[in-house]
Amino acid sequence: MGSKTSLLLQEEEIIQISKETGFTPNQISRLYSRFISLDKSEAGKLCPTDLMRIPELAINPLGSRIVEAFFANCSRESDTINFRQFVKTLAIFRPQRKNEVDNDVNSRASKLKFAFSIYDLENNGTVSGEDLLVILKMMVGCNITEEQLKAIALRTMNEADQNGTGMLSFDDFEQALTRVEAEQTMSIRFLD
Amino acid sequence: MKSLTWTAMVMCAVVVLLPGVASVTEDSADLVIEMYLNETEIPETLEHCGDHERMTEFKVARLQWHEVDIPLIIALWIIFATIVRLAFSFSSLEKYIPESCILICTGFVIGGIVLILSAVTSSKSGHPNDTVHSTRYAGVLQLESELFFLFLLPPIMLEAGYFMPVRAFTNNLATILLFAVIGTLFNAVTVGLSLFAVSEFGWLGSDGNETIRVSFLECFTFSSLISAVDPVAVLAVFEEIHVNQVLYILVFGESLLNDAVTVVLYRMFETFNEIGQDNLQTKDIIFGILSFFVVSLGGVFVGALFGFLTAVITRFAHHVRVIEPVFVFVMSYLAYLTAELLSLSSIMSIVTCAMVMKPYVERNISQKSHTTIKYSMKMLSSLSETIIFIFLGVSTLTETDNHQWNTSFVFFTLIFTFVYRFLGVIWQCFLANRYRLLKIKSKEKFIMAYGGIRGAIAFSLVALLCETIVLSKKIFFTTTIVIVMFTMFVQGMTIKPLVNKLHVKKEEKHKPSMNEEIFARVNDHILAGMELILGHEGRNSVREQWRHFDNKFLKKLLIRDYKAVSDPKILDVYQKLTEKDATDYIKEHGTFHLSASVSNFLRTEIGGSGMLHNSSSASLSGI
Repeated sequence: MGSKTSLLLQEEEIIQISKETGFTPNQISRLYSRFISLDKSEAGKLCPTDLMRIPELAINPLGSRIVEAFFANCSRESDTINFRQFVKTLAIFRPQRKNEVDNDVNSRASKLKFAFSIYDLENNGTVSGEDLLVILKMMVGCNITEEQLKAIALRTMNEADQNGTGMLSFDDFEQALTRVEAEQTMSIRFLD
Repeated sequence: MKSLTWTAMVMCAVVVLLPGVASVTEDSADLVIEMYLNETEIPETLEHCGDHERMTEFKVARLQWHEVDIPLIIALWIIFATIVRLAFSFSSLEKYIPESCILICTGFVIGGIVLILSAVTSSKSGHPNDTVHSTRYAGVLQLESELFFLFLLPPIMLEAGYFMPVRAFTNNLATILLFAVIGTLFNAVTVGLSLFAVSEFGWLGSDGNETIRVSFLECFTFSSLISAVDPVAVLAVFEEIHVNQVLYILVFGESLLNDAVTVVLYRMFETFNEIGQDNLQTKDIIFGILSFFVVSLGGVFVGALFGFLTAVITRFAHHVRVIEPVFVFVMSYLAYLTAELLSLSSIMSIVTCAMVMKPYVERNISQKSHTTIKYSMKMLSSLSETIIFIFLGVSTLTETDNHQWNTSFVFFTLIFTFVYRFLGVIWQCFLANRYRLLKIKSKEKFIMAYGGIRGAIAFSLVALLCETIVLSKKIFFTTTIVIVMFTMFVQGMTIKPLVNKLHVKKEEKHKPSMNEEIFARVNDHILAGMELILGHEGRNSVREQWRHFDNKFLKKLLIRDYKAVSDPKILDVYQKLTEKDATDYIKEHGTFHLSASVSNFLRTEIGGSGMLHNSSSASLSGI
């Protein structure tokens, strides 16, 4: 597969993506071969079903939400993404290097923004109580009463909602998580 | 006058304490009886019937010393140790010196009194029995290896395993293993080689007209027991200084997992010594390496087995609530003993057992049993710790016939253990940092190296050496004590000021808010999902799969009326927060007026908590 990868991915393209995302060229070609193996239709782009085919994703209670957020994050119009968008979203989870200038790709804010988009079901920039309830239901399971979950969602909302709108904006969200070291907790070690 | 009576009383107490400790450790009953006969002079006119004295007349009161001697002495000894600890908690010393050091000093004092006492008694009268006494007194108060490994060590390790921060431990497992296995090996080999070199150069001085030499294998036997960081000492020192969790778990995890390496190396070189250097074959070395895997993985396996077994048993124990804690304690002790029986790593066994059983047991047992377990565990382990440190101090002074001071050997060992610990930590951190997300900073490296404290395990292992096989045992013994004392006192006492001076990140404790908790859970799922999309299985996706497996199969099997709540932690946090709100409300308003809103509040909150009975008992564990 390695030879195929290098054939399809232009040298200058790699350099450009590397500049945008901060990945090393080596990492990019690794990601590219992953992209190719996910792309069953061999059209050079991925659609949500391509990702949903990953078997272990089925046991992830938020699996479908993650895939949706993955695509919502990349393209607002179409439901397919090309390699560049694929890498750009993954770059959010790249650990920050020492002395790295706080660029946009993997800053604390963009990491949190991705998490926020998991909560944000309608993709409208705010999280409602209903959204929270759905997420909770997905994670906790259904052997708990609706009232219980509602109480939890309400409490979560009241805790974070500063201006009493009954909705969470991204600012509220970020404010509620000031003690969380998202730079570290929202990072994945990428193999070189 | 008053002070005189006090000294007399203390001396009496000490004298009372001494023989008992010996008799506990002596497993033959004959010795105990013999000792009794030596100590109290029974008038020969009395006739004996078995062990009992035959009475010629009825007495109003009598002393039945021999019927209660051992338990009485143990009880007195425990009370004495605990009171010492209590006394120091009132003093201002505690702020500057770690408790372990204070306890060792107390041991020194007791040991000193014993030495003086035995010297006085043997010089005053020429009675033959007295010389027996004095050697007894001198030899009595030792940290007997058997007592240490079978009774004092298990409670501490059980507590360590049960309250282990599992998440931090598994997250750093690779680094911990690197330190525990490769690091300990590195230290053992380098220290052993260097000491052998020193001995070959003839720097150890001479004994009469022969230069002192320590053989190659002896050097390695010694280095294998001196290079391991001691979990008891590390716990005692690090618990007081509250460094950040990663640093803590790295040092503490290392000290736990290096047990397997220590056990294997120690046993291997001891056997090699028996076989003799000339008869060694490559086969023996290969078996040695193989036995490392058997010892460590075997220990983990035995521990896990007993852990799951305990979970199954507690599942059915709800009819007799009072025996629930018994299972937890006895089963984990069984895990320890079984590992010891099969000559596997007993520390790893009991720690694994405790870690495995905890999440299931907690959901099976009542909240009261849980509190009982928690406090008994803490009590037993702190008691063991107290006794160990006092013993350590006492044995240092009283084991006079085991000492042989060799200045250069002591000096070189001290230098080598210190230097190689630092070198080892530096290169291992360099290696680990290449693969770690959260890098180890240089300040933290320093504290890690500096926190390499040796303790009672090294002490007990060196005492176990057989003098006829390991000829330099006496030198080793003295040197071990010096290393233990040096690391305990110098490093142990200065580490806290150093941590403050270097501004090493401290642990921040706060209860998570609901938002933080939910975010943490969501984040776990996100990271696991991203790893899958990336196509490389990292710790996040492995954790996710384990959690799934656990929820789907294990919990059903091991937990009584299990409700398929896949993320009970969220409910726990909610429960805790609302409970806190309720108590805050009561505190603020003094009395409890059932206004409409409050009663409404209660109905929803407490009515809801009934649903959460299972998880509420588990929430206690998070403390």
